[in-house]
Amino acid sequence: MGFLSRFTTKTAAVEETTHLTRLTSGSFTVDAKGHVVASTLPGTFPAEHVNAIAQAVLSTFQNAQKAQLPLSEIIISYAALKISARELRGGAIIFLAPKKL
Amino acid sequence: MAKRPKILLLDDEQDLLDLYQEILSQLPQQPEITLCNSGARALALLEGEPYQLMISDLRMPKIDGLQVLSIVRRKLPELRIIIMTSMVDEQYRSRAYAMGVDLFWEKPNTPDEIKMFQDCVAGFLDRDEKAGGFRGMQSKSLVDLVQLECLSKNSSLLRIINGALEGKIWIQEGDIVDAKAGELEGEPAFKEIFSWRNGNFEIYPPDSARTRTIHASHHALLLDTAQAMDEADNEAEEKRTEALAKAATSSLSPYASFEGVDFALTVTLDKKVESWGVDHPSAMGEWILETEKHLSALGEKLAVGDLNLVTGQGLQNRVAVARGQTAHLCIGFKRALDNEQVGDTMKQIQSKWAS
Repeated sequence: MGFLSRFTTKTAAVEETTHLTRLTSGSFTVDAKGHVVASTLPGTFPAEHVNAIAQAVLSTFQNAQKAQLPLSEIIISYAALKISARELRGGAIIFLAPKKL
Repeated sequence: MAKRPKILLLDDEQDLLDLYQEILSQLPQQPEITLCNSGARALALLEGEPYQLMISDLRMPKIDGLQVLSIVRRKLPELRIIIMTSMVDEQYRSRAYAMGVDLFWEKPNTPDEIKMFQDCVAGFLDRDEKAGGFRGMQSKSLVDLVQLECLSKNSSLLRIINGALEGKIWIQEGDIVDAKAGELEGEPAFKEIFSWRNGNFEIYPPDSARTRTIHASHHALLLDTAQAMDEADNEAEEKRTEALAKAATSSLSPYASFEGVDFALTVTLDKKVESWGVDHPSAMGEWILETEKHLSALGEKLAVGDLNLVTGQGLQNRVAVARGQTAHLCIGFKRALDNEQVGDTMKQIQSKWAS
């Protein structure tokens, strides 16, 4: 048992230091101020991440408008996550879809 | 098989562009029609390849039809231009004609008007462009015009405008007495004016006080100018080749050959912007840098790997932004393309850009 406990102890330590969050699929809607109005994301997905995504998406739409390039939809492709957003009267509906290998 | 004429359609309303395209595609000449929704994009397209006819709206955001017209008329005096507008205002009509537009049309609304519009455009496309022609008397050459004045023993001052160039010919009782074109005067100026194939002319009252510097008969002068016109043909061809070569040297113009590409822009991390067919390059450059900064920070926070591509859909275009090591690339695509087509084309462009 002493041999196995070495592995379990190490894994727990890694999780604690990197704070890895499981990526989830789902959608949420934010108003023009970035407040979440509705969400289908699981409760385990951190609110901090939801807010960060909302702010990044809203500022992308707003800055595009300032650059005289008004956008109604954006798709942001990361290596492991695809974020799709549709503009809704200053707010947005945002979809998260983790990429599968 | 006869070469299909090329038409550039410029209007800020996509629905109207689609409608005009449908109307013009029924013409017997089966023209190649390019749609364009901004003045800057139109100018980029016109510099890149030759068009026979441009049909433009008058009221557009950013660069309006009159601004486009003034630039195009200066750069491409041989291009035929039709203005299509819903602004039926005599002031705009006279301004457009004064700037050298070939035709000023109210946007057609009824089937009869559409038929007349089709006939009119078909008539323009049938014209022999090599024969040239001066607006105001399109079936006559400048030779015809001067002969007419001389044989009628008229006294007049002819003002000829070819883009940014302006020339004057003084005629007194049927004799050509003087000419001026830029710095040139007398016979050299007369020959220079005749080397211009297209343009506008105006006839003014005679200036009897003008000192005579040309003593040859108008027959002799016109014979000499026939030779000058041949030489001008060769020079024009050389200039055109040079202009095309210059357009091709823009590092972004090759991306225009990819299907559906409307504009291109690169911005370096130290904010140096290079663009092709973009209305507000510096503003767009700033947007790209800001967007990349915010989204890269978000990617790090979420631990989801590198930011590969950002695509967006606007009212008129789709855009795609890809990041490089020292610069970002933004490509504008036609709205009709779907996300998959944009992604595939962007991959090809990125590999070309990286190489």
